[in-house]
Amino acid sequence: MSDGAGKEIEQLIALMAKLPGLGPRSARRAVLTMIKKRRLLLDPLAQAMTEVAATARECVECGNIGTSDLCDICTSPKRDQTILCIVEDVSDLWAMERAQVFSGRYHVLGGVLSALDGIGPDELKLPKLETRVAQGQIKEAILALGATVDGQTTAHYLADRLEPLGITVTTLAQGVPVGGELDYLDDGTISAALRARKSL
Amino acid sequence: MIQWEGEGIVLSVRPHGESSAIVQVFTEAQGRHAGVVRGGASRKMTPVLQPGAQVAVEWQARLEDHIGSFRVEPVRSRAGLLSDRAGLAGLTAICGLLRECLPEREAHGALYRRTGVLLDAMVAGHRWDAAYVLWELDLLGELGFGLDLSRCAVTGQTQELAYVSPKSGRAVSRGGAGEWADRLLPNPAFLGLRDLEPPPDQLRDGLSLTGHFIRQWLVPAFGRAGLADERDRLAAVLTRQVGSGASSTGASG
Repeated sequence: MSDGAGKEIEQLIALMAKLPGLGPRSARRAVLTMIKKRRLLLDPLAQAMTEVAATARECVECGNIGTSDLCDICTSPKRDQTILCIVEDVSDLWAMERAQVFSGRYHVLGGVLSALDGIGPDELKLPKLETRVAQGQIKEAILALGATVDGQTTAHYLADRLEPLGITVTTLAQGVPVGGELDYLDDGTISAALRARKSL
Repeated sequence: MIQWEGEGIVLSVRPHGESSAIVQVFTEAQGRHAGVVRGGASRKMTPVLQPGAQVAVEWQARLEDHIGSFRVEPVRSRAGLLSDRAGLAGLTAICGLLRECLPEREAHGALYRRTGVLLDAMVAGHRWDAAYVLWELDLLGELGFGLDLSRCAVTGQTQELAYVSPKSGRAVSRGGAGEWADRLLPNPAFLGLRDLEPPPDQLRDGLSLTGHFIRQWLVPAFGRAGLADERDRLAAVLTRQVGSGASSTGASG
């Protein structure tokens, strides 16, 4: 349905409405705000999007998204090259980086094994991972995959593939989240937390 | 408005739109049944809607042939299996076989009850490898591909049924096999006795036997490439455990 705006604006609204978290109504509101704040929002956004469209690419080493063939993490000399954190998706890598608690390098798998979605080992970036491990610098691989059936199936599969290469394979702990109260936790999380208990 | 309620086992969850999910559950009275769960992709519902979880569901739709919507409440999580290599492989194989092979909206009450007992045994850490093979045997039977292990296909005798024909799925006695013995599949005794603690060689033979008929009969009948992959992964894990002498499949890492 036409809003009475021009064809180009309608097209922008239609494209914005395809973004996660936005629908036609919120896309229309966002576009209207950008147009009203043209110098503050629309022009810089258009320029930033043009630049990103021209330069964004996948890191050939880890699969992170950056603006050059090797991402900033892979080229940083401050990063520990002996620890590799394996994540499902770039968004997981970015979440780890936001926490600022990991100083090693990453490998983005590009998904997890899922028979339902037809994702088998061939669809994941496993050959590159094995090549990186086989180069000999990596001593530990941390499997930072989701605590879901598919995520943990992938974790066990990777452990089977990586352990024979002579490295330590670890996985993230599962249990009570920071700020979590036992009363509100599902019984699966409580059970995982109890099994992973440690002495104080 | 048509509706029913009951308890079921989650078989699969697929995102639907931004926040909903299409969920398949296996219930005692309705069999394998799908429905939309509003908010099923939310952070609150994701732990509840994991394959293998026991849930209370209320389904409703305007017409019988609509996919309808589920209201889901957690009953029992089986997330304890996530850290158990063999248990997780077993859970995935069970949910995969039920999801791909069971006809939709057709009750299989006995199979449902056996599935629940098997999954609970896995979570409790009891030995479940032989129970799994017997479950596959029951699944083949429920789907119309049952093996006849009661009498020899050649002689009709009911003793010394040492083999199974890989073509017909019927038992063959040692005497009836004659020179064809090396072309037949071993028939481990625990299948007939429904023994839950067989020796390792019998367990291996049992896994090979049911695996053969899943590949020969179920995969062509239900036609999805990769149907047997999850099951093969489980067989590999169990065979490795049997080989290493670890008989308990409930507490492996």
